[in-house]
Amino acid sequence: MDMNWKKSFNARPIGVIGIGSFGAAIANLLAEKNEVLVYARDEAVVKAINETHTVKNRKLADKIKATNDPEMLCEACEVMFPMIPSSGFREVMVQFAPYLHPYHFLIHGTKGLSLNLPEGKTLENITRITREHICTMSEVILKETVVERIGCLAGPNLAKELLEHQPGATVVASRYNEVISEGQRLLRSDNFQVYGNSDIIGVELAGVLKNIIAIAAGALSGLGLGDNAKGLLVSRGMVELIHLGNAMGGGTKSFLGLAGIGDLVTTCNSTLSRNYTLGFRLAQGEKLVDITSDMEEVAEGINTVKLIKRYLESTNRRAPITENLYRVLFEDYKVEAALQSLMKYPIYTDIDFL
Amino acid sequence: MVIFDQPKDKPLTDDYIKHQYEPILPKKDEWPVVRLSKGRKEFIQQVVASSSEKIKNLTGNQVQALKEELEVTLYRERMRLKQNPWLVDPDDEASFWSRVKSSLLAIGVDQKLKESDKKAKYLQLLTAITQRYAEEIASNFKHSHYKMTRRIVTFGFSRLLNTSRVKGFKSIFSNQYSLQDKIQIIGETDQLRELASKGTIVMVPTHFSNLDSILIGWTISTLGLPPFIYGAGLNLFNIQIFAYFMNALGAYKVDRRKKNQIYLETLKTYSREAIQFGCHSLFFPGGTRSRSGTIESKLKLGLLSTAIEAQRANYQAEPEDPGKVFIVPVTINYHFVLEAPSLIKEHLNYTGQERYYSESDEFSTSYKISKFLVKFFTKGSDISVSIGKAMDILGNYVDEKGNSRDRHGRPIDCKDYFMTNNQVTVDLQREEEYTKKLGKRIAEEFHKINRVFSSHLVAFTAFQLIQRSNEKLDLFSLLQLPEEDIQLPFDDFSAACGKVLDEIKRLKEAGKLGIAPHLEKTLEEIIRHGLENVGMYHAKRPLIRTEDGHVITEDISLLYYYHNRLDGYELEKII
Repeated sequence: MDMNWKKSFNARPIGVIGIGSFGAAIANLLAEKNEVLVYARDEAVVKAINETHTVKNRKLADKIKATNDPEMLCEACEVMFPMIPSSGFREVMVQFAPYLHPYHFLIHGTKGLSLNLPEGKTLENITRITREHICTMSEVILKETVVERIGCLAGPNLAKELLEHQPGATVVASRYNEVISEGQRLLRSDNFQVYGNSDIIGVELAGVLKNIIAIAAGALSGLGLGDNAKGLLVSRGMVELIHLGNAMGGGTKSFLGLAGIGDLVTTCNSTLSRNYTLGFRLAQGEKLVDITSDMEEVAEGINTVKLIKRYLESTNRRAPITENLYRVLFEDYKVEAALQSLMKYPIYTDIDFL
Repeated sequence: MVIFDQPKDKPLTDDYIKHQYEPILPKKDEWPVVRLSKGRKEFIQQVVASSSEKIKNLTGNQVQALKEELEVTLYRERMRLKQNPWLVDPDDEASFWSRVKSSLLAIGVDQKLKESDKKAKYLQLLTAITQRYAEEIASNFKHSHYKMTRRIVTFGFSRLLNTSRVKGFKSIFSNQYSLQDKIQIIGETDQLRELASKGTIVMVPTHFSNLDSILIGWTISTLGLPPFIYGAGLNLFNIQIFAYFMNALGAYKVDRRKKNQIYLETLKTYSREAIQFGCHSLFFPGGTRSRSGTIESKLKLGLLSTAIEAQRANYQAEPEDPGKVFIVPVTINYHFVLEAPSLIKEHLNYTGQERYYSESDEFSTSYKISKFLVKFFTKGSDISVSIGKAMDILGNYVDEKGNSRDRHGRPIDCKDYFMTNNQVTVDLQREEEYTKKLGKRIAEEFHKINRVFSSHLVAFTAFQLIQRSNEKLDLFSLLQLPEEDIQLPFDDFSAACGKVLDEIKRLKEAGKLGIAPHLEKTLEEIIRHGLENVGMYHAKRPLIRTEDGHVITEDISLLYYYHNRLDGYELEKII
């Protein structure tokens, strides 16, 4: 593709960074009303998008173009949507940082956390993990770039359904009203509703933490348990999300919206969810390494459980579902045993967060 | 009476740079504040026009909303007149507002007026009010007064200083010590001087004592900078001696009683226009003196937002050569704050409740202030003023040329923060968020440039130990413990001080705070120095070492106050 983007587009294109399943779905949604330029690291992927308009067998709108040059993407676009797994997020932001300016808007769609440790420290040799060691993606962007006007997408957005143009909705959260309006303007369509929320940390945390409960929900189904158990899990899960979310700086309200309850209910019932599938297969007796090795994309919940467990230890907080899930994932604990200990956990108050 | 009982051979001085700074603008006609006072009339008109316009926009240009705004203002002003009149209030205050009242009534009942005429009349009234406010707020800088004040401050204080240090009446004519020995200016002084000729400085100091504004005024003049303007509480103008100093220093007046929107907008507009005009400004972003003794961490954002607005307006007005606004945090470090006893009392009284601002009475008359100043300069121990690195309006550091730099040293164009679709746009909600961010950055910088003194170390450690040994008590019960029940074995105290000191040094290495050079001495010397200096001239000393080797306190609330200076560094985890 030509270095001069102006030759290829009539208007300023909207950028999408990363083209996994969710990235592809968002790129297609954006392409309904806008020119779209996708960044992908892999040259073959770029070529496939530009020549055959497909990425990993997913169809992309014909007008979507791609590049593997970060500088060009930043040059061409004012608004960009980073859609990268949390494990690679920081690295990509560092790579983009030299080309980003304060006039850029970044609206990310990553429901994961990133570790932010002092130099020389790792998860293994650090004694305490506090809030400042854990970054949401908007915090990563703030830390690594000069971009100030940041937003995030969250809510029940199963990529497969979005790609099929099924009706759905999302939340754009940002401290800046202008970012919310821009997100709404770009994404809203006949089949897609876009809500705004100013509590970006709360919305990000809702999207991140619900993955924990999604794994647990998958595990319950994997054990063949019924809907009573599911209802129990979802509601106790909600309490746990809010407890953790408040501790980490999110507002309670955000957890009661589309990004919280909306997403939680969806992922706890959907075989399309990676996190749910992970839990399901665990309960069926598969090993974590085997499951992750044949999943196409990462289940963010694994990393989230790991970080939150360490955070809990350092701050003297309890979160029974997360703690038990940690033992299942990393300490060879049986799902049945975890379930038993949850059933015996001494909390008898239904609601304590309102 | 022995006042300075420090060892004579090895004084615990701070190594500061004592040198003469040439004025950066030798001709007073070039001073922005002088230019502003020459064009005072036009400037006020501009403030009036601009703030009336803003109120008009805030009311959505709706007649009804505008009318309500005027009515609310009238109501509040009449309440203020009745409930809280001050000496400085002009004589015609009551008659002005009753005229506003009758005009409002007349416009309201006039059936013949068309909607558009009504609106015009309301706007006229609005202009009359903003005009009155702007006149009141406007500073009254007089160069001759400024020169005089500077002479009084420098001469007077130096004499007092020499009397106390060299001792004996004759030393009133000695020049052995100058004010720069007493008040040490450290930090980024050269950058500040450099940038003051490249753009507009907004200086934001911590605020512990009423002395701060005079101290900062002196600092600014010593550094060879033209005078800064700043907002001073109108109540201070009640006192004639203060009024003289304040006017001389370019103070404009802030009336904390007036909380109506029209007043607040006029005040903010005044500040913004002055910054745009190129007047260096001074904000105490904590709003008032820190009651608890902690470094401000929550800042009042009202006036701070005007720095951001001014920067954006500069980009709009002069795209070719936009003036740049630089934010310079400053901390003032003392061993001893005269007002500490009443401040901490007020803090404890109001904690957990809505705070009502009332000026405590140790500053109520010229006589008390003079007494305070004499006491301060003859008795108080050393003070240091640390000048922080200059930042842009988003809190990015700027280089010596005034260019903003990101964390990796890459230049940033500040204008880009206000751009959408390739042009500078006005978005008040955006600027509100930027102001919050700037406030956070300033608080962070305060903690970084804060300079730890020996007295802070001992006060912090002692209070923590007391708290540790009474773990079951909450703060308020702890502060009510009878002082005679509290004593710390010196060895434990000393060991804990050592631990805290090590951590402080570690934080210093990491660039998270600054330390006074006397903290490089041995632990024993530091503790002695600290105990001698902490709150040294209060009637009740916060800390004393007894003959039998204990450390005791005579006033635990005061100890708490001095302890708070090191709050926010998580040092309590070390002990």
